[in-house]
Amino acid sequence: MKKTKINEAHYVLKGKMVEFCGWDLPVQYSGVNTEHMAVRTTGGIFDVSHMGEIWFHGRDALRAVQHLVSNDASKLQPGKIQYAGLLTESGCFVDDLLVYMMKENEYLLVVNAANIEKDFQWMKKHAAQFDVQIENRSEEYSQIAIQGPVAQKLVQEFTDIDLEPIGYYHFAPGRVHGMEAIISRTGYTGEDGFEIYFKADAAAASRLFLDLAEKGEKYDALPAGLGARDTLRLEAKMALYGNDIDDSHTVLEADLGWILKLKKEQPFVGQEALVRQKQEGIRRKLVGFELVDKGIARHGYPLFVQGKEFGAVTSGTFAPFLKKPIGLAYLPLENSAVGSEFQIGIREKMAVAKVVETPFYKRIK
Amino acid sequence: MAQENLLYSKDHEWVRREGDEVVVGVTDYAQHELGDVVYVDLPAVGKELKKGDPAANIESVKAVSDVFAPVSGKITSANTKLGDTPELVNQAPFGEGWIFRMSLTQASELSELMDQKKYEEYLKGIAGE
Repeated sequence: MKKTKINEAHYVLKGKMVEFCGWDLPVQYSGVNTEHMAVRTTGGIFDVSHMGEIWFHGRDALRAVQHLVSNDASKLQPGKIQYAGLLTESGCFVDDLLVYMMKENEYLLVVNAANIEKDFQWMKKHAAQFDVQIENRSEEYSQIAIQGPVAQKLVQEFTDIDLEPIGYYHFAPGRVHGMEAIISRTGYTGEDGFEIYFKADAAAASRLFLDLAEKGEKYDALPAGLGARDTLRLEAKMALYGNDIDDSHTVLEADLGWILKLKKEQPFVGQEALVRQKQEGIRRKLVGFELVDKGIARHGYPLFVQGKEFGAVTSGTFAPFLKKPIGLAYLPLENSAVGSEFQIGIREKMAVAKVVETPFYKRIK
Repeated sequence: MAQENLLYSKDHEWVRREGDEVVVGVTDYAQHELGDVVYVDLPAVGKELKKGDPAANIESVKAVSDVFAPVSGKITSANTKLGDTPELVNQAPFGEGWIFRMSLTQASELSELMDQKKYEEYLKGIAGE
């Protein structure tokens, strides 16, 4: 099993370790609910070093990125970040990712752990015509996410740069614990927070994580694991690749039209199919639901729309902050309006669910 | 850890005999492994079960797991308090967090369960894996 450079810290903090995408990572330390609530009310500290970092540099870096992703990277300036889709020819997802503009001719693309090698090969293949160097530097980087209302105060204690001017989806280079880092105001929880990318050996990376956890105590911030990361992102309706988005559902079906810039100057992979689908209209759509009946509808449970089976729940959990069972699923367009009811097979029972407004949880700013 | 005067199954249910009935719950080890319990699907009273049949489901934030009938018999009551306060399974697994009661039709089945000492050894075995 692969270990992040922070691995040792998880054992010191008595994390409950599981295998996730081939990595030895903590599913929880004190408990999923406790960690989830900490992020909503104070703060949580996550090791997300398993994420991938793929660098683009060269004369055609922007053109290569533009060709590969659904969003319009020409709108970026150094220090700005975009969420985007890396798409197949049919407009479905190879992956979802963040695009960081480091400087002119240099971009960092942050991708999902399970897809690093697939994405890297895809990018090289589909950007072969451009004068760009594409490097997978995932092994070199550690990443720690500090999320929640106290995140800024906590991270500020570790860096020499002023965090206040860094806006949402912006980043700045700075030193954290004396190490060079990229400090990014992003996250996967629906809260304010930072993601810090840095290069360090295991001792220094573990030290930083442990020091964040220790300094975090005075703010009631807690180390948090994969369990809370999943419930937090789902409450905020942030898609999980492999569950809610994949290579058989398009960007439009995933209701992520806002990351799709069909009119951007440069053509991109998947554009033609999506232009066509936009004209013809979609037939299914990813929606959020709540269970009306008791129970929890989890990933893979079958859906029934007017008695007919229609796919499966893509993500589902008991939402620890909202205290109710929620989930995501693709429904036929005509049955996808807020308030529409359908059924989910939960073991031998049929439970009623209804479509609700999303995100389920929205931070009050 | 485990309590005295209870019997234990390999699936981490505890069993307390009360005359011709048994009370069934899950152990402290089980509730800890499950994490925060948010819903318990209780068995219908009157349901007949064979030893080893799934009797109830416990839903935690992380996962769902079955509670198996530790003996053969009929469900005589279920802990309806868990409807509003499923967290009792976490807070008092050996007490208020009990799950159901069932009739005991073959008392000999109890001898197949572990006593406290054996169960604690069994837990040590799991921890050592």
